[in-house]
Amino acid sequence: MARAVTNRRKFIATLLAWTVAMLLFFPILWTFLTSFKTEAEAIASPPSFLFFDWTFENYSTVQERSNYARHFWNSVVISVGSTLLGLLVAVPAAWAMAFVPGKRTKDVLMWMLSTKMLPPVGVLIPIYLLFKQFGLLDTRTGMVIVLMLINLPIIVWMLYTYFKEIPGEILEAARMDGASLRDEIIHVLTPMAVPGIASTLLLNVILAWNEAFWTLNLTAAKAAPLTAFIASYSSPEGLFYAKLSAASTMAIAPIMILGWFSQKQLVRGLTFGAVK
Amino acid sequence: MSTAHSRTAARLMISPAVLLLLGWMIVPLSMTIWFSLLRYNLLMPGMETFIGLDNYRYFLTDPAFFAAFKNTIILVLGVLAITTIGGILLALLLDQPIWGQGVVRILTIAPFFVMPTVSALVWKNMFMNPVNGLFAHLAKSLGLQPFDFLSHAPLFSIILMVSWMWLPFAALILLTALQSLDREQMEAAEMDGAGPFARFFHITLPHVSRAATVVILIETIFLLSVFAEILVTTNGGPGYASTNITYLIYAQSLLQFDVGGGAAGGIVAVVLANIVAIFLMRMIGKNLDA
Amino acid sequence: MGSITLNQITKSFGAKQVIPPLDLTINDGEFVVFVGPSGCGKSTLLRLIAGLEDVSSGQIMIDGADATAAAPAKRGLAMVFQSYALYPHMSVRKNIAFPMKMAKMAQSAIDEKVTNAARVLNLTDYLDSRPGQLSGGQRQRVAIGRAIVREPSAFLFDEPLSNLDAALRVNMRAEISDLHRQLATTMVYVTHDQVEAMTMADKIVVLHDGLIEQVGAPLELYETPRNRFVAGFIGSPRMNFVEGAEAAKHDCHSIGIRPEHLQISTESGDWQGKVGLAEHLGSDTFLRVQTDHGEMTVRAIGEVGVGYGDTVFLTPDPEKIHRFDAAGLRIQ
Repeated sequence: MARAVTNRRKFIATLLAWTVAMLLFFPILWTFLTSFKTEAEAIASPPSFLFFDWTFENYSTVQERSNYARHFWNSVVISVGSTLLGLLVAVPAAWAMAFVPGKRTKDVLMWMLSTKMLPPVGVLIPIYLLFKQFGLLDTRTGMVIVLMLINLPIIVWMLYTYFKEIPGEILEAARMDGASLRDEIIHVLTPMAVPGIASTLLLNVILAWNEAFWTLNLTAAKAAPLTAFIASYSSPEGLFYAKLSAASTMAIAPIMILGWFSQKQLVRGLTFGAVK
Repeated sequence: MSTAHSRTAARLMISPAVLLLLGWMIVPLSMTIWFSLLRYNLLMPGMETFIGLDNYRYFLTDPAFFAAFKNTIILVLGVLAITTIGGILLALLLDQPIWGQGVVRILTIAPFFVMPTVSALVWKNMFMNPVNGLFAHLAKSLGLQPFDFLSHAPLFSIILMVSWMWLPFAALILLTALQSLDREQMEAAEMDGAGPFARFFHITLPHVSRAATVVILIETIFLLSVFAEILVTTNGGPGYASTNITYLIYAQSLLQFDVGGGAAGGIVAVVLANIVAIFLMRMIGKNLDA
Repeated sequence: MGSITLNQITKSFGAKQVIPPLDLTINDGEFVVFVGPSGCGKSTLLRLIAGLEDVSSGQIMIDGADATAAAPAKRGLAMVFQSYALYPHMSVRKNIAFPMKMAKMAQSAIDEKVTNAARVLNLTDYLDSRPGQLSGGQRQRVAIGRAIVREPSAFLFDEPLSNLDAALRVNMRAEISDLHRQLATTMVYVTHDQVEAMTMADKIVVLHDGLIEQVGAPLELYETPRNRFVAGFIGSPRMNFVEGAEAAKHDCHSIGIRPEHLQISTESGDWQGKVGLAEHLGSDTFLRVQTDHGEMTVRAIGEVGVGYGDTVFLTPDPEKIHRFDAAGLRIQ
């Protein structure tokens, strides 16, 4: 009995944990709830929690007034596009580094990671001027390029770690079974690598969706993704809390959902493997 | 599999990634270095002159720089303290047997996935606003005067917002490390007579400290570049009270259009980040061998 | 059909030569076991035969043809890996079918062979499971099934039983031996366990630091080991070695006597000693006896009634004394 986890202990821990969890989650919950209030209700004192007249008007207003759908689509194109482009470049690189390692492979990998540590503000000016020069300012193409470049090290790194986990013996067995290199890649390597590629895709779409430096500085009305669009609420006119909440809820909902599935990938991708 | 043929194929497959990143590094960075040596203002184009290290001198002696530097340190250290200590505590809590553990984890992780601009605006308007924010309502209900967070404690407010986002990250990483702790080691310590606190200090903490170091180093890299939160809430103000180095350089470059000065600032930021990066690379490098 | 010949094979990794020039002949239908301590090169040798590593010099002949430069798949061999190396994303059926799929066989022929192999190996109920859902022994059998369907000239086994628990190991040993009898195909088997070697092999190759110490039938190695290393490696518990004056009595540098060839008596005998460790198994008794000539291990049938601290006398069977010279080689 001395070793049993007493129900009392479990109860206390549960109470504590749920309290902390609700506190942390509260801002998100509050935003979600406020999005269904009228503007007057949103600033009412004392504030109402669940019992008010729920309305969808904010969601339609946000879309009408500012073409929300367009910015949402920008976010989708930019985050998915930059990640896919990154995968295109990274898969061969990671494959080569994992299966044909050379003396300098480790150094190259480290160097790639180090490029992620460059503070973006250090290259803000040249990139801005270059983009201006080449007409890439406020374009989705420009953003896809930039976000691909800043996430490339993480994509390469994550794929590398996933590829390395494929046991060499299985590839040898395939060779003994008569598989040519092409057979090996198609029938054995790729199916085993698909989960890793999917994980990498997931995490990097999330990182690109939430990126808030380049998206804020290099876009304006046309190509602004949601990060920049929401920023426009920082200089509001009149009552706007409910509309802000609606816009915010729509902006973060997709990533909340994706994020819940990607916790393991997060640990692997963002600690560069230093924590297992 | 390492025949000469496959080695050339490998080199070919790595080259696009390497070339892209090399270009991304060298081209803009060298441009920044070049600009930093010029007097170059976008409002007066065509009048660039070479002024050597003057930009650096102006930048580093500007009182705004001292304020920004101080703020950057406070911001980084503040968030690190909150997220690391809070993260360890949270991780310990989540490691306990509780009912609904899956849901608790999801709720705790959520803040990390909120985009910085949304997070900042929600905090600024719906919580910290001295008239309509929830904190104001709370204060009034307790009979206190509402506190204008962003005017009177701008840096603290930013720290709060950023910590809210990064605490889940730290907690997740530390929880992962905690769960990789060998249960048998804990049992052996218990047999050896170690009480719960002793076990925490002699076994748990050392094991988790490696993950904590990684958390600290990685967060530092990202925290040096906090930008969005400042842009949409305080714009660095009042005065320079919530300006960090990143925002300062942004302001100089894109608001005052001082390309030369901004470039010099950018290089300073790069140097500072490199110092941190060196430690991080050593940490990761050790792990790559493992 | 399944004869393999190695001519002057060497293998170096960088500057380190792990296998000095080596010759070996494996005849068709033989069950050959490579045995030796860790790091002796037995797995390397197997991989050289398989073609998974290139030889540094020398020639490998398979069925009379020079296979030294041939790719692994073209050598007509099949390998069972220590970790089984099953394709985790394929069902058992697809795993076994894979080699035939690579050889572009007709689907109907493939299905028939898979069904047969599954029947022989008791896998019919598991054909649609994934490797992750199977036990160690079942995975073993899938790996063997995958090898069988290739109808190779020889099977290569790389320590296939080391990941199994003791009881399972005994069963699988018997199954593999049965398989050999059934298929009558050459099998080259690598293990560090000399019990496996003794029980399964037609011919044992004892390796040490890349060198072949001795090649021969199990009993040959047991009764006439060529040198001290083989004498000490084959047979469990290990052979006792005595040097000095005792050895001089037999005209050599050192003598060896196996634990089972020492007579125990509480009254009289050649060597007197005190019992240290005594292991009573009921069927056998193992004693560690401290004598003037060093510590000796003795094996007796049944229960002998001595325990810790007792004085015993040991007498070696004169016919079973092995004699070795100063270089460790056997003296006839």
